[in-house]
Amino acid sequence: MSAAPDPAAPDPATPESDAAPAGPLLPELAYNFAYLDEQTKRMIRRAILKAIAIPGYQVPFAAREMPMPYGWGTGGVQVTAAVLGPDDVLKVIDQGADDTTNAVAIRGFFEKTAGVATTTRTSEASVIQTRHRIPEQPLTERQILVYQVPIPEPLRFLEPRETETRQLHALAEYGLVHVKLYEDIARHGHIATTYAYPVEVAGRYVMDPSPIPKFDNPKMDDCPALQLFGAGREKRIYAIPPHTRVRSLDFDDHPFRVQRFAEPCAMCGARGVYLDEVILDDRGGRMFVCSDTDHCETRQAEGHHGGMWGGAPGAAA
Amino acid sequence: MTDQPLLVAEGLAKNYGARIGCRDVSLEVYPGEVLAVVGESGSGKSTLLGLLSTELAPSAGRVLYRLKDGALTDLASLGPAERRLLMRTDWGLVRQNPAEGLRMAVSAGGNVGERLMAVGWRHYGDIRAEALDWLGRVEIAADRIDDDPRSFSGGMRQRLQIARNLVTRPRLVFMDEPTGGLDVSVQARLLDLIRGLVAQMGLAVVIVTHDLAVARLLSHRMVVMRQGRVIETGLTDQVLDDPREPYTQLLVSSVLAA
Ligand SMILES: Nc1ncnc2c1ncn2[C@@H]1O[C@H](COP(=O)(O)OP(=O)(O)O)[C@@H](O)[C@H]1O
Ligand SMILES: [Mg+2]
Ligand SMILES: [Zn+2]
Repeated sequence: MSAAPDPAAPDPATPESDAAPAGPLLPELAYNFAYLDEQTKRMIRRAILKAIAIPGYQVPFAAREMPMPYGWGTGGVQVTAAVLGPDDVLKVIDQGADDTTNAVAIRGFFEKTAGVATTTRTSEASVIQTRHRIPEQPLTERQILVYQVPIPEPLRFLEPRETETRQLHALAEYGLVHVKLYEDIARHGHIATTYAYPVEVAGRYVMDPSPIPKFDNPKMDDCPALQLFGAGREKRIYAIPPHTRVRSLDFDDHPFRVQRFAEPCAMCGARGVYLDEVILDDRGGRMFVCSDTDHCETRQAEGHHGGMWGGAPGAAA
Repeated sequence: MTDQPLLVAEGLAKNYGARIGCRDVSLEVYPGEVLAVVGESGSGKSTLLGLLSTELAPSAGRVLYRLKDGALTDLASLGPAERRLLMRTDWGLVRQNPAEGLRMAVSAGGNVGERLMAVGWRHYGDIRAEALDWLGRVEIAADRIDDDPRSFSGGMRQRLQIARNLVTRPRLVFMDEPTGGLDVSVQARLLDLIRGLVAQMGLAVVIVTHDLAVARLLSHRMVVMRQGRVIETGLTDQVLDDPREPYTQLLVSSVLAA
C-alpha cells in the first residue's frame, strides 16, 4: 500500500509535521518532539494515567536510555517529555536554583529537542521539573510539578527484597516505616529524617517524596497542581493528583514538624521559606538565603530586602 | 488445655520436585500445649513446620486454625492480608538462625516494637515502655535497648527473637531448633526461659528439635518423624521411656548412650 504512512516519518501530532512532507529526514528532524518517539511517550503517558488513578502507587514503566547519565534526572526528563506540549513553558530547578549545571542542561535539552519556551519564573511556568525542592510560591491547577526521583521505594532501607516490599504495599502493611522513625527517635531523641520524609497519600499508599527537605512536605498536601514523580534507574512513575491529602507519618508523642529558621533570608528578608547556608569567608562568616532563587530575586525586585542586601553586613541598614 | 484443638493438620504432604519433604502428616495442637517434632536431620521436621506455619504451600492436605472467633478455619481460605495479620499477632515464629528472624540493623527496641507498630501502635513512649518490659522478661539489660543485635551474643539474639515474637501475646508459636548452635550452658538458660514464658502465657508451641533432651524438658507431647512421615506419637514421657517403634528405640538409646 503506497498510501500507508511512512513509519519513519514524524508523528503528525508533532510540530515537525509542519515541515516538508515525508521525504528523507533532514538533519534538524533528527529528534522527535521532546526527544522521545511518540510510542514511548504514549507508553509513559499510560503509566502516568495509571499513577494518577492510584495516588502514591509506584507504576513500573519501560524507561528509555536518555542522552544523560542516571542521577541526572532521567526519570523526571522522561516524564517531562511525555507531558510537554509545544505551548508549554518549562522551568527546571535543582535544589531550588535555576542556574546549576543540571538545571541548565535539562532546560537546554528541551529547548533543543522540543523548542519550548523556558523560564525561571515559577508563576510563568506550566511545567516545572525539580530536583530536591518544591517552589515557595504556591502552585496552581494550570501547573505540573515533575520530580526527579533517585530511590522510589520508601521501604527499601529496611526491606531490600522487592517481592516483599510489593506485598507490604499491596496489603498496606506500613509498620516498617514507623520502625525507621522509631530508630530515629531512639538514636537522636527526635525524628532526625529531614529529607525524603515518608508520606501517606490519599489515606492509602506510603510514598517517598524524593529527597526534598521535609520543610516542603506540607506543600504536597491539597496542592492544586498535578505532581508527577519519575525514577529513571528504577523505572517507576508515581503521582499525586491535584487536591490530594498527603500526610507526613509520625508518632502521637513526636508529631511531624518542619524545620524552622531563626532568621529571615539575608537577601530578601523572607520568613517561613527554606534557607541555604552560604559561607562568606574563611573566618566563619556566613549567611542564610532562600534556596528558591526565583522566589528570592522576585522579592528583591519587589523591594523586599534582608540584612545582607546590597553588600557587606550593615551596608543595607 | 481444652478438648478443642487450636491447630489441625490433615494429610499434609510436601514434595520438592521428585524429593519428598514430608507426607501424610495429620496432627493436632491444643491450646497451651507444647508439641515437639523430633527426628534425625533430613526427616522432614522443618518442612512440616513450614507447612503448619503456612510459610510453605502443601502439595496435599490442609491446615486448620481456630481463629479468635472460635471457628476452626482452613488457612488456605484466608486472604493474604488476613493470613499475615494472623501471623504477626496471634502467631510467633522463632527461627534457628536469629539473623533470619531479626532485623540485624535495627535496635533491640525497634525489633521488639515492630509488631506493635505493625498493628497500629503510634505512641513512641508506649512502644518503648513495652519493648523495655519485654527485654526484661527475656533477661536483656535495659541499657541494651538501643543497641542492634549485631553486637549481641547468640543466646541474646535468640532471646531477643523470642521477645519480638511474644510482644503481641500470640496463642501459638512455632520454633525451629531454637537452641541449635548454642553452647550447652547457654542452651540450658534459654530452655529455662522458654519454659517459664510458655507456662506463664499459656502458649501453644510447636517446637522442632533433633535433641530429645530439649523435647523432654519442654514438651507435653511429641511426634517422631522419619523419612518425611510421622512414625510415632504420644505423651513425651511415654515415648521417651517406652518407645514402641524400633526406630524411636534407636533414637532414644543413642541419646542415652551418648
Ligand atoms: N527447599 C528444598 N528443596 C529441595 N529439597 C528440600 C528442600 N528443603 C528440604 N528438602 C529435602 O526435604 C527433606 C526434609 O528436609 P527438612 O524438612 O529440612 O528436614 P529436617 O528439618 O528434619 O532436617 C530432606 O530430604 C531435604 O533434603
Ligand atoms: Mg531442619
Ligand atoms: Zn530570599
